[in-house]
Amino acid sequence: MANDSQQRSAEPPWLRRTFVAASVCFVSVLILLPVISVFTEALRKGFAFYITSISDPLAFAALKLTLTTAAVTLAANLVFGLAASWLIAKFSFRGRNLLLSLIDLPFAVSPVVSGLVFVLLFGAQGWFGTALSNHGVQIIFATPGVILATIFVTFPFIARELIPLMQEQGAEEEEAAVLLGANGWQTFWRVTLPNIRWALVYGVVLANARAMGEFGAVSVVSGHIRGRTNTLPLHVEILYNEYNFAAAFAVASLLALLALVTLAAKAALEWRIRLEQQRVAAEQLEA
Amino acid sequence: MTRLRQHSVIPGFGLTLGYTLFYLSLIVLIPLTALAVRGAVQPWAQFSEAVFDPRTLAAWRLTFFTAFAASAINAVFGLIVAWTLVRYDFPGRRVLDALIDVPFALPTAVSGIALTAIYAQNGWMGRWLQPFGVKAAFSPLGIVVALTFIGLPFIVRTVQPAVEDLDPAMEEAAVLLGAGRLTTLGRVVLPTLQPALIAGFITAFARSLGEYGSVIFISGNMPMKTEIASLLIVTKLEQFDYAGAAAIALLMLVSSFVLLFLVNVGQWWSTRHLRRVA
Repeated sequence: MANDSQQRSAEPPWLRRTFVAASVCFVSVLILLPVISVFTEALRKGFAFYITSISDPLAFAALKLTLTTAAVTLAANLVFGLAASWLIAKFSFRGRNLLLSLIDLPFAVSPVVSGLVFVLLFGAQGWFGTALSNHGVQIIFATPGVILATIFVTFPFIARELIPLMQEQGAEEEEAAVLLGANGWQTFWRVTLPNIRWALVYGVVLANARAMGEFGAVSVVSGHIRGRTNTLPLHVEILYNEYNFAAAFAVASLLALLALVTLAAKAALEWRIRLEQQRVAAEQLEA
Repeated sequence: MTRLRQHSVIPGFGLTLGYTLFYLSLIVLIPLTALAVRGAVQPWAQFSEAVFDPRTLAAWRLTFFTAFAASAINAVFGLIVAWTLVRYDFPGRRVLDALIDVPFALPTAVSGIALTAIYAQNGWMGRWLQPFGVKAAFSPLGIVVALTFIGLPFIVRTVQPAVEDLDPAMEEAAVLLGAGRLTTLGRVVLPTLQPALIAGFITAFARSLGEYGSVIFISGNMPMKTEIASLLIVTKLEQFDYAGAAAIALLMLVSSFVLLFLVNVGQWWSTRHLRRVA
């Protein structure tokens, strides 16, 4: 591959070197430098201070809310992703393309607006605000609002990974299973799920990174009540605005680690999915 | 129902259709409708005061200008990076490729405070810029840096597949017809990559218009000077001015929908066009 592409690209060596150097410099300054600085700033006041910062009870409460939010969000969007991809990939019906575009809508909505829409519905002056407060239910400035906003911003992630894959795989295997007497659930668990498991994990990993790291949408609905409605990214903001920089970066370093783990998992899964596809292609060739 | 769809032996159509539509309405359609109604159904005077008062106008101008500048920088460097990643083999290529996805994965608040630390006066980059009188953090330049950071993956990941799909025969034909390598790059390769480059540019631009987390730390948020549109929405909400916030948000939403629609139309047109040429 490399040799082939080297032969094709007959740029003069000086131009090739310029391109490589420009790319490496640009990406290093723009992207690598900030990542490194998160960790050096976090350790600026020493390792003991770092440990104190991340084991602070308020940081711990923020971590707990972040984990709860991510768990509920992923479960909800996973069920939706499976239902939507089954619907779109296994059946052909009128309005299918419209449905596909509607599922993608949240990608086009900016983070702050994603939070705002729920404030307009459930906030004090929102459509259902009075009704909710009469029944003593609080959504905005409380955990349900944080969860709703997070579900919104991660809405398309899992469905988007599953739909193209399931469309490509077609419905023949499922049809065979049904004709052999399997019911719907058996078909799903024994035939469909094994075929899509890695793409499913891939979608969940990407959605999880966004769910745990979402800032704008959550910031609008949370109300920043410490120890109660603060997620980890919001906790970083509060510490930073109090000029408690080392502590802010210490908590931020946890999120940066999450991002690095996510990227590693993403690379591993992409490799895995490619292997799987090659295996399937080889089997089809034999058959 | 049977008329709506082709017959299939696979069960679950009703269940999955019902659940998909229910969940989609609950999470996406009803909230977005609330925004459209709340933003659009209000006296014109009130709407125009929210959207066109001098402070909001300054925020629009700043947001568009910085988003455009950042996307333009990324169009140039993103093209070079995508080309380099596909065509050349060099030590660290895989690391470079992985780094491109960092802005996708890193929470925006973390990018925001990290960029601020680097470009502040005593930061790693800020201290080199200061002797030249360049103030990066807490100025429009800082906003451009943040938007360049979050926009790069959009351009690289859109252009990369287009570089991979380039037909080597075209470049060989150009060489056979006597073109030098630079002429081939400028006259044959670049025009072929143009649709992907424009699509990436618009996507990055649309994303930049609404960006919040990575910008608000480095921008300094001075009204009329370094205040972006997203931040104005938050400010209006904090003053319980729901109608004003909804008006600005609606305009932002419509502009990003229009931009992304253009990308889709462009992609549809270019695939059709290419098929006709082939």
